[in-house]
Amino acid sequence: MHKPSSLFAFVLMAVAALLAGPAAAQSLNVDIVGGLKTATPIVVVPFAQPAGAALPTDVADVMRNDFNRSGKFRSLAKSEIVEQPTQGSEIKFATWRLLKQDYIVVGRITNAGDGKVQVEYELWDVNKQQSLLHQQMPPAPVGDLRSVAHQIADQIYQKITGVRGAFWTRIAYITAVGLGNHTTYSLIVADSDGYNPQVVARSHEALLTPRWSPDGNKIAYVSFESGNSAIYVQDITTGARTLVSGRAKGINGAPAWSPDGTKLAMSLSYVGNPEIFVMNLANHQETRLTHNLAIDTEPVWSPDGQSIYFTSDRSGRPQIYKMPATGGTPTRVTFQGQSNYDCDVSYDGKQIAMVQANGNVYRIAIMDQSLGGQIRYISPGPLDESPSFAPNASMLLYASSEGNHGVLYAVSDDGMVRQRLVLSDGDVREPAWGPYRTH
Amino acid sequence: MNKTVRVALVALLCVGAAACAKKQEVKPQAPAPEQTAQAPAPQSNGKYTPADLNTDACLRQRVVYFDFDKSEIKPEFQQIMACHAKYLQDRPTARMRLEGNTDERGTREYNLGLGERRGNAVGSALEANGASSSQINVISYGKEKPVCREHNEDCWSKNRRVEIVYTAE
Repeated sequence: MHKPSSLFAFVLMAVAALLAGPAAAQSLNVDIVGGLKTATPIVVVPFAQPAGAALPTDVADVMRNDFNRSGKFRSLAKSEIVEQPTQGSEIKFATWRLLKQDYIVVGRITNAGDGKVQVEYELWDVNKQQSLLHQQMPPAPVGDLRSVAHQIADQIYQKITGVRGAFWTRIAYITAVGLGNHTTYSLIVADSDGYNPQVVARSHEALLTPRWSPDGNKIAYVSFESGNSAIYVQDITTGARTLVSGRAKGINGAPAWSPDGTKLAMSLSYVGNPEIFVMNLANHQETRLTHNLAIDTEPVWSPDGQSIYFTSDRSGRPQIYKMPATGGTPTRVTFQGQSNYDCDVSYDGKQIAMVQANGNVYRIAIMDQSLGGQIRYISPGPLDESPSFAPNASMLLYASSEGNHGVLYAVSDDGMVRQRLVLSDGDVREPAWGPYRTH
Repeated sequence: MNKTVRVALVALLCVGAAACAKKQEVKPQAPAPEQTAQAPAPQSNGKYTPADLNTDACLRQRVVYFDFDKSEIKPEFQQIMACHAKYLQDRPTARMRLEGNTDERGTREYNLGLGERRGNAVGSALEANGASSSQINVISYGKEKPVCREHNEDCWSKNRRVEIVYTAE
């Protein structure tokens, strides 16, 4: 697979930056597998640089990678960008028409004082020679340029597709480094493209099931650090942590935030077998929702907060069920595939991503409820799991394995473009895509 | 028993079981327990003592293996159930932890449930053989603690297991 040298240099740069930072986690290597010829061509010309020392971030490059990863766009490689206009008046449209580009982005970065820089950019329609966007971003510290680049990519994505962009978001995932009793598990939060990884929690016992609060300030997760599974909620900025459910008997697992952030659904088995409960986070009061001898786990709220989807093997093999969020009779949702597990629901409630097993092949499937429950596969297997929608549902993250290595993939919602996020040493698993950011 | 010894013991059992499976060469099978002669008669009064945990051929077996997605105790493990239940009966102060585990197929949270179901199955079998439920604590690690990390049935069969750990002898 061809790997653009600019991306490679970029990864090296990011790795170097990470090695320098004390709080940084082990970085993920990033490369793109597969591509899409029907994606919209866009050229992001390198932005004019301010006087003084070179900036640590190539803003145009961050945007190109965002666009490529989305599957909706195909950005012209830096090496093929033959002219370098930095504002609309300098664009020679004939050049870009010849290169079959539909859109062109130009911009410039200027010093804004106090060690800050300001980015201004323009988006033009190449065929109509028409300006679509002309924005000046607020001044930002040099260290925040990646965030600024993701925000610009979001604005352009929305202008062209009509859908809000989700590049300026974060992801959480678990890493496991080392073997057996010497394994170190870490809960990591990083940018949506895998950069700027930061350790949120670390343990010598397993960590699993990280789940973002709707406001993006907290993460609920399961830790075995006490010997048994226990559910914690941790503020990712302050590090303050609350034990939410740590019963000595049975499983404390599968936390899931209600859309308003006031409740956590979870699976507890102190009653004898795993059942779905909802806990009010203000007073830690639990309400039991399921009453069945089967394994009931992996609850997920519908975006309107009215329903809870979950995995149950009450029919023999694991399948997805749905019930009112206040309890009541569950109805079975999945009928295709031998087993279906661990679903995630898109922001509009229309699409349900899940792990579907047929024989020994575990793939990520998306069921589109607006298309009569039609299923499409977005991953090849054989051991894929943990699907997580981006907040605009245009992409998903999932976990896979390569040899004895756990790796993550970011995949476009049609399954056509996949990007692999690999930890250089150890496993990376259980990705969870965070909500839109506001700060 | 400390953790290192327990891990070493599990490793030994696995090696022994793998060797057994190779001889048959028919199909990859879950590790089987070592065949032990007759129900043991350890002491003059017929009661087990802590020393037997290290010497008795049946009590030394601390791993129960399962079929895929199943939690039924297979017939070949009934003898192990009987001797450990007898030990618990003979030693009312003895306590054990049953650690349920699964292979890597299926999701992590579902496998926590499946591992627990296996632990409970072993617990029930011990109780049916005379142990008291107060002596038994079940914990599930799901697929988080594999003893083998390859993606094939031979490896999976070693991971679908319940480990018996004495926390008080």
